[in-house]
Amino acid sequence: MRDGAPFAVAGRPAATRVRGSVSALRALAPALRLVLLALLVAVALVASVGLGAAGIPLGSVVEALAGGGDATTRVIVLELRLPRAILAALVGGTLALTGAIFQVLLRNPLAEPYILGVSSGAAVGTVSAIALGWTALGPWALPLAAFAGAVLSIALVFRLGYAVGRSLDTRVLLLAGVVLGAFFNAIIVLLLTSIDAETFRSALLWMMGSLARASWASVAVLAAYLLPATLLLLALARPLDLLAAGEETAAYLGVQVDRLKWAAYLLASLAVAASVAVCGAIGFIGLIIPHALRLLWGSDHRFLLPASTLAGAAFLLVADTVARTIVAPAELPVGAVTALVGVPVFVLLLTRRAQ
Amino acid sequence: MTSPRPVFEALDLRFAYPGAPRPAVENVSLRVPPGSLFAIVGPNGSGKSTLLKLLLGLLAPAAGQVRFEGRPLAEWGRRELARRIGVVPQAEELVFPVSVRELVAMGRYPHLGPWRPEGPADRHAIEQAMLRCGILDLAARPLSTLSGGERQRARIARALAQEPGTLVLDEPTASLDVRHEMAIFELLRELTTQGGATVVLVTHNLNLAARYATEILLLDRGRPAAHGPPDHVLSRASIEAVYRWPVAVTRHPGPGPDAGAPQIVPLAAGHGRPVRDPQPEHDR
Repeated sequence: MRDGAPFAVAGRPAATRVRGSVSALRALAPALRLVLLALLVAVALVASVGLGAAGIPLGSVVEALAGGGDATTRVIVLELRLPRAILAALVGGTLALTGAIFQVLLRNPLAEPYILGVSSGAAVGTVSAIALGWTALGPWALPLAAFAGAVLSIALVFRLGYAVGRSLDTRVLLLAGVVLGAFFNAIIVLLLTSIDAETFRSALLWMMGSLARASWASVAVLAAYLLPATLLLLALARPLDLLAAGEETAAYLGVQVDRLKWAAYLLASLAVAASVAVCGAIGFIGLIIPHALRLLWGSDHRFLLPASTLAGAAFLLVADTVARTIVAPAELPVGAVTALVGVPVFVLLLTRRAQ
Repeated sequence: MTSPRPVFEALDLRFAYPGAPRPAVENVSLRVPPGSLFAIVGPNGSGKSTLLKLLLGLLAPAAGQVRFEGRPLAEWGRRELARRIGVVPQAEELVFPVSVRELVAMGRYPHLGPWRPEGPADRHAIEQAMLRCGILDLAARPLSTLSGGERQRARIARALAQEPGTLVLDEPTASLDVRHEMAIFELLRELTTQGGATVVLVTHNLNLAARYATEILLLDRGRPAAHGPPDHVLSRASIEAVYRWPVAVTRHPGPGPDAGAPQIVPLAAGHGRPVRDPQPEHDR
């Protein structure tokens, strides 16, 4: 701003023209980054299938994927590792995407997919099913019980969020979620005291999250459920950008704020519920991935949401590969690995940012 | 009809916040003619911001009705409204860092919706708005690194990027120095006199309202105390009654187009005519 009339419209066509070509380049950068992240997912997927207790060279992996190679390799690749890798990609993407959504919806940088008690509800469902001996009913008993518990918690939190006032107050939502989560955790502790040590251990492991139960059936069900949810959530990107500027501002810019809030809450929560039902509560991805991407490339949700989905998928693929291989043939809980790998990377980004 | 259709027309508005001892807005009627610069003034807690929210449909009145461009507010869609009214709210807090360009670009949402990417017309509108507010140089800067004045200009630029016919601003110059405050009032006048826009603003600056507004509504505890051209509204009697502080009214000495406009000079305590403090205040 120079002297004279500060707001005067002074034509500066030359500068504007230069700026135009630079901004055209800049407009391409996000697309390139997304392509890069997609490639990263592909590489992580192939590596995840190749690495394990039995290492399989890249050539044999490709051969097995194409339906050739020897029978043992085919079984390992197609029946064991590939469904597990796809499950990791699906769940990792979902957790990072919903983490980003909850952070902007609740206007809270510390928000993550489990902040509103979805995982606690799912855990109550699972532990109840274990305590009642429903595991004998078949492989789907636990996931269904977990999903039912998660949906119950979503419904309760949603109802409480609407209890005060006529519109969905996200501060009330946050409070209701945290309080209900604590309540569910108390129930879990009570249930855990009534079961034997071995069941206790498996319940504990479930709550830390694991991809070991992957099968083509669970991958198919989860994919059919999560892919449309992901697309719908990605479509909310632009209105969420405006919501980040405040509810009042968003409304004045033409956003149907209340509708946006409950759509984002229900879609994200139901996606988390499904992933928790199949894999348990795998932590840290939903918190760290969106933050890392925000630090690196800013908060435009049209870029951030797809980028989080891809980066989350790649990250969980890597973390699960590490969890499977580092103490093979035993396995580490993948939730512990995501934290062990994620936290140092995050601290690095944070300090780099501070400089 | 002899007069043109008003931009905003409100009839007998009443609104009370739940649990409040008195309505925040009561018996307020107004007509904002096209091309006017309409100022809403009054003490803290007199219902100015609440009245704006009623005019913009963010709050629903308990009684009365608001019409925008002749149609009841309830019949307008939010996005339809956003293509016609640009709003600069009093304050907003961004959760995550955005650049000036990103903030101003939000003004295109009413035209683009959630799907369409920016086209040349959108980029032009964004650039013109930034140019007009003198922030083109700051385009890439994160909003959090700007001064209060620069941030406010970015918010005004966002409203201009909407290319609206009507601009509504809630205390747009509250944190600005003289130069930037004057620049904003000059811009608002230019928009109404040359751009054919209509401006409604809430302000605490009575003297600038006296010079720039074509019409002033003075609110006192939610009720209209005076309404009309500045010369009529800004009298010693009305100001002292509403603000409960002794003042003298002088005239703008000129030069300039505002020469002769009433100017309010608050006096030192005990030096004016004693001001009656009528009922105990229920204000915040």
